[in-house]
Amino acid sequence: MIEITPRENPSRLLTAGVPVLAAVLSLVLAAIPLAFAGAPILDAYGQMVTGVFGSAFAFTEMLTRATPLIFTGLAAAVAFKARLWNIGGEGQLYLGAMAAVWVGTGMIDGPPILMVPLVLLAGAIAGGLGMLGPAVLKTRFGADEVVTSLLLNFIILIFVQMMLEGPLKDPMSLGWPQSEPIVDAAVLPQLMEKMRLHAGFLLAIGTAVIAHVIMAMTVWGLKIRAVGENPAAAKHAGIPVTRVFLAVAFASGALAGLAGVSEVAGLKGYLTADLSPGFGYTGIVVAMLAGLSPLGVVASAIFIASVFVGTDSMSRAIGVSSFLADLTVSMSLICVLLGGFFARFRIRRLKAGEAA
Amino acid sequence: MTTSQPVLSLRGMTKRFGTVTAADAIDLDLSRGEVLALLGENGAGKTTLMNMLFGQYTPDSGSVHVWDESGTERLLPPGQPHAAIEARIGMVHQHFTLAENLSVVDNILLGTERLFHLNRNRRAARAKLEALMTHSGLHAPLDARIRDLSVGERQRVEILKALYRDVRILVLDEPTAVLTPQEADGLFVSMRSMVAQGLSVIFISHKLREVLSFSDRIAVLRHGAKVGEMATAEADTHSIIRMMIGEEHDAPERSPGKTGETALRLSGINVAPGRDTGGLLDVSLDLKAGEIVGIAGVSGNGQSALARVISGLVAPSSGSIETATASQTALTPRTALAQGIGRIPEDRHHDGIVAALSVAENLVIERLDDPEVSRAGFLKRSAMAKHAEDLSAAYDVRGPGIHARAALLSGGNIQKLILARVLETHPGVILANQPTRGLDFRAAAEVSRRLIAARDRGAGVILISEDLDEVLSLADRILVMHAGELTETASRDRSAIGQLMAGHAA
Repeated sequence: MIEITPRENPSRLLTAGVPVLAAVLSLVLAAIPLAFAGAPILDAYGQMVTGVFGSAFAFTEMLTRATPLIFTGLAAAVAFKARLWNIGGEGQLYLGAMAAVWVGTGMIDGPPILMVPLVLLAGAIAGGLGMLGPAVLKTRFGADEVVTSLLLNFIILIFVQMMLEGPLKDPMSLGWPQSEPIVDAAVLPQLMEKMRLHAGFLLAIGTAVIAHVIMAMTVWGLKIRAVGENPAAAKHAGIPVTRVFLAVAFASGALAGLAGVSEVAGLKGYLTADLSPGFGYTGIVVAMLAGLSPLGVVASAIFIASVFVGTDSMSRAIGVSSFLADLTVSMSLICVLLGGFFARFRIRRLKAGEAA
Repeated sequence: MTTSQPVLSLRGMTKRFGTVTAADAIDLDLSRGEVLALLGENGAGKTTLMNMLFGQYTPDSGSVHVWDESGTERLLPPGQPHAAIEARIGMVHQHFTLAENLSVVDNILLGTERLFHLNRNRRAARAKLEALMTHSGLHAPLDARIRDLSVGERQRVEILKALYRDVRILVLDEPTAVLTPQEADGLFVSMRSMVAQGLSVIFISHKLREVLSFSDRIAVLRHGAKVGEMATAEADTHSIIRMMIGEEHDAPERSPGKTGETALRLSGINVAPGRDTGGLLDVSLDLKAGEIVGIAGVSGNGQSALARVISGLVAPSSGSIETATASQTALTPRTALAQGIGRIPEDRHHDGIVAALSVAENLVIERLDDPEVSRAGFLKRSAMAKHAEDLSAAYDVRGPGIHARAALLSGGNIQKLILARVLETHPGVILANQPTRGLDFRAAAEVSRRLIAARDRGAGVILISEDLDEVLSLADRILVMHAGELTETASRDRSAIGQLMAGHAA
């Protein structure tokens, strides 16, 4: 028999330590599939580390990969704080990217000081509207936003493919379904010579800091937390619950939209239907691993990007499937969920005959 | 009839949680056909003791002995809920454990049938139930769904559920909290007849009048220990209360107040009945400054709807609401607050606090845009902390500190937090909905004292309570709510008011 009792007040060390432990544990557990694949395990870990920290280029590549994950992680973290289950980050990312391309491929002509903010704004608005839909359906008709926002992902992706075959298609692309390139004035500047790391990364960090400040220090943050934790009491206290909910939905969608803008205007330069390898979904893992803390999102996005980039380079070096990265990321989520359970509850084994 | 034949004996039951001793070597004996009242303030250890009896907690030390019909003694293995059920010990909880979407019969049979039994012998079960209902005098519509029943009916279903399992020992946890005096009397008559046939009852209640009239013996717990035990025949209210709180309990001091202008006027308010709340039928109410208007009634007769209208949670379909500053057809929580209506909600956990937020945050949640709380959208953290320290001290809110989650406070301290939040702004109107429900004497007396002080300061107070004693002791005027209608009564007679609560004209 075991006895499970809730911990009255889980310590800060415990709540902060659990995700870190979970991350480490998921890396350790990756040894099991590595062993099955017959890879030299220590060598493989070595390759992973070199793949991320081995050179300035490798390191900036990792940060480049972390950039969209910070945005989508923030999108999930902000929404989940208000108990708004935005699973549509992937679709909102594409909406943001599409709006950026629409505004940034010659519709308007201007200097970078005007074009960059415009492109960002357009993407944020498009993403925000993308989540506002499911949120309105939720507040008006009680439709489950998990289902509506998730299904919207597929609709949006197919819509993007249609646009790329039609109005958005680049006539110079030799038949490939891709958009025209973003004009130079709207491109997010590179941070270093010969590296792909771009200003989107700094923007992501800044956004995380702002999100943290809003959540922890403002009336709005308090309202969001109150609405998420107990909407009935929030309503009773005079907080406009529906309005807060819709505002959070818009903000969350906008953050995911910025991920799309940053990928298209900072990295790729043009839109294709394979812009995102599931950044929207991975953002959910990032947010959970971060315990929904905006600053934690930065750390967990960097961890998960490291796993992806490190495993990529490992698989190239020793010929192990790069799906190992997905496996490790998934295990980290399972570990953090289990870890959260152990942080909230005290588990004690009872000796035979002992009273619980 | 009390016999000398023992059925249950708890010996030296002890349970510690960390450094807190929730139960300290408690002995308790129960005979066949005996009603034992278990008394104590909140946190005295009643629930802990019952949880040990039912195997929910395993005691650190102590043992539970039961005797079967033949008088053979047996030891109940600790920490095993099914052992108590097999020994035919049943409990009716204060919070019902019924499936809302199932019928009465289904709820009663739930758990008594085998999982993979295909043919259910419903006819035999119904026959047994019918017999049981005639036998006990507890009646419930067998085919109605639980969600369509009143609270009183639900409770009868709970008791029938226990009786259907042939319990020999029945624990009733505050069974009359939701009943009219007549219903409560009916319940006691039924229980008496069951007791005469050999049922043994452990009766947990805060209402001393019931304890004195219904029980055979009284055991009092305080701070986890049994501090006294006596035959009910030898007990009186004063001696019991002295034992419970260790000092004489004073009825709240009050003198007739000076009433002033109208503080709140409701005219012709109608609200359609909801799924689980009664509606309002042409309700009018004129609340003066400096008076406490008590609204008595059995729950489900529209009190919730009235409270929701005044709180701004529900818009009436017709009628008008007039405060000292404005007249309108409906309030919102915001306009109610702006017009000086302080609200103490019925369900303090559900509507009163956000448990995951800190004590300090909960204390200001109704006035986040107040310049004392925030500037330019940013919270004034240090001002909030000082404010919280001051209020906690003034209202004696005890807990792990102002930055701890409100979830860690006990029920009484949560109520003090809400009281502090409501009263510090000196509202002209105070809506107190079941303000002392579930609180122990000391906490309840404190709430009553604060409400009277607010009245003396010139606030108009609407006190909605199912506890008639509370209404009688606090209210300057009494109105009775039945089936959505509000009737004023000049009578202070329990049975006359009880008649009104049951819908009979006085």
